[in-house]
Amino acid sequence: MSDVLLEVTDLERHFEGLKAVDGISFTVAPGEVVSIIGPNGSGKTTTLNLVTGTLRAHGGSILLDGARIDRADSAHIAEHGIARTFQNGRVFATLSVADNIEVGMHSTLRAHRPFRRLSHLFLLRWIPLLGELFIAIIGTPASRRERAQIDEAVETEIRRFETRLGPRRDEPAYSLSYANRRRTEIARALALKPKLLVLDEPTAGMNQSETAEVLEQLLEIKAEGQAILLVEHKLDLVMTVSDRIIVMDGGRIISEGRPEEVRRDPAVIEAYLGRRRGLGGVDLA
Amino acid sequence: MLNTLIDGLLRGNVYALGAVGISLVFGVMNVVNFAQFSFFGLGAMLAWFFVAQEGLPFWLALPLVLVICGALGLVINISVVRPLAKFLPLAAMLSTYAVSQILDNVSQISFGAQFRVFPQVLPTSNFHIGNMRFGTSDVVMLSITAVVMVVMSLFLKYGKIGKAIRATAQDQEAALQMGIPVGLVQHVSFVIASSLGGLAGVFIALYIGVANPTSGLDIGLTAFVAATLGGLGSLVGGVIGGFVLGILEAFGIYFFGDTSREIIVFVILIVVLIVRPGGLMGKVPLISTEPLTGTFLGKGRPLRMPRWVWPAAFVVGGVVIPLVASDYVLTTGTQVLIYAIIAAGFTVTAGQSGVLALGQAGPIAIGAYTSALVTMNLHFSFWAALPVAGLSAAIIASVLASPIWGVKGHYISIATLGLGVAIVAIIQLLEPQGIYNIPVPQWFGTVLSTPIAYYLIDFGVLVITLLVMWRIRRSHLGRVISAVGSDEVAALASGVRGRNYKALAFAISAFFAGVGGSLLAHQYTYIDPTMFTMLMSLLVVTIVIMGGVSLPYGAVVGSIILIGAMELLRFTPELRIIAYGLVLILVVRFRPGGILVRNS
Repeated sequence: MSDVLLEVTDLERHFEGLKAVDGISFTVAPGEVVSIIGPNGSGKTTTLNLVTGTLRAHGGSILLDGARIDRADSAHIAEHGIARTFQNGRVFATLSVADNIEVGMHSTLRAHRPFRRLSHLFLLRWIPLLGELFIAIIGTPASRRERAQIDEAVETEIRRFETRLGPRRDEPAYSLSYANRRRTEIARALALKPKLLVLDEPTAGMNQSETAEVLEQLLEIKAEGQAILLVEHKLDLVMTVSDRIIVMDGGRIISEGRPEEVRRDPAVIEAYLGRRRGLGGVDLA
Repeated sequence: MLNTLIDGLLRGNVYALGAVGISLVFGVMNVVNFAQFSFFGLGAMLAWFFVAQEGLPFWLALPLVLVICGALGLVINISVVRPLAKFLPLAAMLSTYAVSQILDNVSQISFGAQFRVFPQVLPTSNFHIGNMRFGTSDVVMLSITAVVMVVMSLFLKYGKIGKAIRATAQDQEAALQMGIPVGLVQHVSFVIASSLGGLAGVFIALYIGVANPTSGLDIGLTAFVAATLGGLGSLVGGVIGGFVLGILEAFGIYFFGDTSREIIVFVILIVVLIVRPGGLMGKVPLISTEPLTGTFLGKGRPLRMPRWVWPAAFVVGGVVIPLVASDYVLTTGTQVLIYAIIAAGFTVTAGQSGVLALGQAGPIAIGAYTSALVTMNLHFSFWAALPVAGLSAAIIASVLASPIWGVKGHYISIATLGLGVAIVAIIQLLEPQGIYNIPVPQWFGTVLSTPIAYYLIDFGVLVITLLVMWRIRRSHLGRVISAVGSDEVAALASGVRGRNYKALAFAISAFFAGVGGSLLAHQYTYIDPTMFTMLMSLLVVTIVIMGGVSLPYGAVVGSIILIGAMELLRFTPELRIIAYGLVLILVVRFRPGGILVRNS
């Protein structure tokens, strides 16, 4: 088990007594695509919010590349190398597509962020802030070199969605279609060069052909060796893209395995098709 | 001590009435209603007018005031608040702020600006219990509040519209789908809130014994803090918050004196926002579904400017005007330039980081005082004092504002508003008299006190300001700040620490506000705390919204129109405030991106 990128152990989170995530454990290996599926309210999005630091866990631990991140805030986790997209698509509405992607690179920059290691410390964080202000107004030779790299990287990400985002690179994100916002969001997340990419229903609200297009792109990203943690309702897509699938219900993992194994698991069929005996499901393990 | 407690209860009584009104409107419309604030002042003035001028009996005047305030509230809701609240809560808040300025000044024009003595309609100290003294007046006030609160809670619990109000407060969309006439519910809530505001105003007049048209904002701000303390949107919370705050304030004044009042209230606000941002009775959602502070105003595309505009504007502003303009125009021009500097610096906060700070008069005042004091006491030259003023404004304002960057939604605007008021109050405490004979700028022994010299100095500073702002906007930093303003949750997920960048944006804006304050001080050669009013803050906000909230050059255009045109058209100060208010409402309504931005 040395080859583990993300290791979640006994993770718990409750909302006023309701156990949304009830002691789950799973791992993601480098380069692996793991999907979490399950009925509505089974705790999938809460799990993602815990892994990305949007919510704080009430118990258990999360390790990324051996470092504990369950106590870190979202920004820290992003710096550790987890990038995410949101269920409803959150782009920076007033920024152009290219600028959205550039902001995604924030945690990878060096010359633009002098003394960046102080940026989470009380009072001392003004040192990097004023440093960034100086870079913005005056600049240094190193920051100008990095500027060229930023522009290069932004172009690379836009090229990934060339036909869709290419013509719109300087359009503000609020003017984009829903699907293009999702693409912008994925491009922004990839710009972070994440160790783990976390996608929350990337095809929500998309039609079949758009979903097929996202599937193609996810397969391309996977082929580049990108580890992905995916929450998705469209089972065809999940079955095609995933190396491994985790099925959740009532805050617990009820099944786990390769797509074809999960597909035949009676517990999964029951969770999806009914015959349920009470919330949380009966113990089917 | 017991008398202080009674004093606190009576203050709390007023705040509770105000807080309940604010909470009610916030609950059903999700709008912080500044217009409510004006009803405190208006209620007091109307009561004074009916009782002292017209000789009506108090018991007739009281319902009359309530009816007038309620009717006015309905008009405001129909004409301004509701059309905006549906899609832009923050715009609606700004508009209510403008409405409150308009109301205050109409009231000031109609009733006069002076403090009016309110006749004693009920005995004020005819009872004694031990050391305690109180009067029929106090008992009546507290009883009326008690009755109003009981009636209100019964109405909300059992009344048909009362239930509809509660349903609307929980989920407006769902209420609408269930056939609840949400529009009517909002009108009713607004009318109730306005009448409560008027009632509170009458109580202020009864309790203090004087009425003043512009006292509303101050009391309204306190009532808002009470509502926040209790939990915005919770009526019980509003009552509890009102009384708790009233008592805390009364004891604060007892120990530290009346001048500390605004500072005490501000400190309480900050403590509440940090320790329990949902208030005593409220809750804060864990994950905000929508960014409340989002830069709605930043949507829309700036008009494309041909390249020749910039050198042409430089030549006209820097060469042609100084050569041909009269001293009067140049003096007006210096005002335009100074406000353009302050507003251009403000665009990074208001437009990019999405923090609509409503208290820029605070850092302007810090800059003016610093500059005056270091030139007079430490014999700095003007040229050294100018950046020092900017730095001290940035540092002091940032230190005072540091607790508020984690605060969400409308609270942050209110907190900055309180911050501006508190800064000026602190200055008043430290330096109550004005400062005279502030030295004028010199250049190698030549005194630069002519209008043209001032104009050129200000022009130079403005050019530097615009260059700096342009560099920031085009940099990675500028994009990051805009990202924070657009969606803070998504920014965090991209590794951007939103709080840091809001604080930095605010510090940059405070720096230029301080520089502007320094320029003002050395040109007036006299400053006192009354110059740094809420109006000044409102003006800065109006200028940036007019020109395009995130466009530094838009600030120049806004300043030319709002300062230059108003001055050259010789508007009186009262009329100007009304004009600013109207401009703000119209721009927000019809051109939310500013006049240099195409609607999207």
